[in-house]
Amino acid sequence: MRARVKLPASAKRGELVTVRTLASHPMHTGYGRDMHGALVPRHIIAEFSCRYRGREAFRTRLGPGVAANPFLEFRLRAVGTGPVTFIWRTDRGEELIVERHLEVT
Amino acid sequence: MTSRRKFIVTGAAAAASATTARAAAAEPSAGEREGRAPRKQEPAITLTLPRLAETGNSVPVAVHVRSPMTDASHVTRIDILAPRNPEPRIASFHFTPICGVAEVRSRIRLAGSQRVTARAEFNDGRRVEASASVVVTLGACVEDLLG
Repeated sequence: MRARVKLPASAKRGELVTVRTLASHPMHTGYGRDMHGALVPRHIIAEFSCRYRGREAFRTRLGPGVAANPFLEFRLRAVGTGPVTFIWRTDRGEELIVERHLEVT
Repeated sequence: MTSRRKFIVTGAAAAASATTARAAAAEPSAGEREGRAPRKQEPAITLTLPRLAETGNSVPVAVHVRSPMTDASHVTRIDILAPRNPEPRIASFHFTPICGVAEVRSRIRLAGSQRVTARAEFNDGRRVEASASVVVTLGACVEDLLG
């Protein structure tokens, strides 16, 4: 599991910043079959969360109906300088954490 | 009178453009309550999906809910539901006032042509929803579901 995050490095206080995240993951639904006709067991990113300055700002519960390589775009209000942390968790307990810094002027 | 040619042209244009479902506000605005002329306002909830998707494997979706996103009044959650999918609840998005705006974009799987619903819940328990129909030429792993 890898992920790309796009958000500005800095913003004016009160401004809305756009956050775009793209995780690389097949999101196996548990309904698909491999080339031998065997069911591919479910393996999905089940949860995503974004923490801003230590507080949870946005969270998503994902099901198998989310497309492979889950893309999420949302906004954050630039309330202060601090870390922005992104966490992806699979249904098997694997976790990916990406941390960024937002400078608010 | 609408000529056949005009009908075909407008029909094609509509099919080519994205479909956007809007739900009217559940409550009158402050202006309406006070008897002033109602200000033109964005809809309570907007669900944007393509009218036609070549495959159901990755369909772009956007949801916007009108809300001041303050501690006193904000959207707490938006669910996306696709009733013809084997598991209708596609995703639940949880918002906080720090989001500033209740808006999210993603890409979803659709097992076939269907009416997709976005349902939003506010911190006071109020709910709004919008639906949009998508025609899917080739569903996401439909053959596996039927086999």
